[in-house]
Amino acid sequence: MSEILPIIVAKYNYWLYIILMMIGLYAMISKNNLIKKLVGMNIFQTSIILFYVSIGYKTNATIPIIENAHGDSHSPHELIIHAADYINPLPHVLMLTAIVVSVATFGVALALAVKIYQRYQTLEEDEIRMRLTEE
Amino acid sequence: MHWQIDLIILTFTIFCALAAISVKDLLSTAILFGAYSFMMCLLWAVMGAVDVAFTEASVGAGVSTVFFVAAVFRTSRRTKD
Repeated sequence: MSEILPIIVAKYNYWLYIILMMIGLYAMISKNNLIKKLVGMNIFQTSIILFYVSIGYKTNATIPIIENAHGDSHSPHELIIHAADYINPLPHVLMLTAIVVSVATFGVALALAVKIYQRYQTLEEDEIRMRLTEE
Repeated sequence: MHWQIDLIILTFTIFCALAAISVKDLLSTAILFGAYSFMMCLLWAVMGAVDVAFTEASVGAGVSTVFFVAAVFRTSRRTKD
């Protein structure tokens, strides 16, 4: 027990990301309102993006912009780049695409929800299902 | 990344997520979801992902909230759960 506890505490951010992901999954599965389901989907997506961005983080590193690379250095060995000094920018770039995709999905899903409301006058899943069986 | 700041913002994020899915008014959900996105943006700024942070601030907290409020005004604010 005494050796497991430090591992759990040291990775606290991963546990909190898992909690966020489970909140999103719960909202998607058990909420009855369609818009609440969409909020759950977005929470799920952002928690996964958060996980990926946190993988690229390094302690004692700065943001990925190269210092002295804009013509103000005179000796060439000032330009030697140590990768350990910079946060890994690859997950950032990948997750930038994922954010834009998630907003596009959210917009399309909201448009579909508006069309469903115009047709059935409700956003609750069980009422829509009742209307569908009546027809 | 100071772990205190990270932990405080993450706790706020989880509270915002729980509140957004449990309030019974969709307009409140929209505003709480905007707060959630802004907390997420702060979290990325703390992690050094500045490009992701300002994309999230403009696109996630801005455009999503506008879409959400527009959709709520075209449908109903009432929800059962």
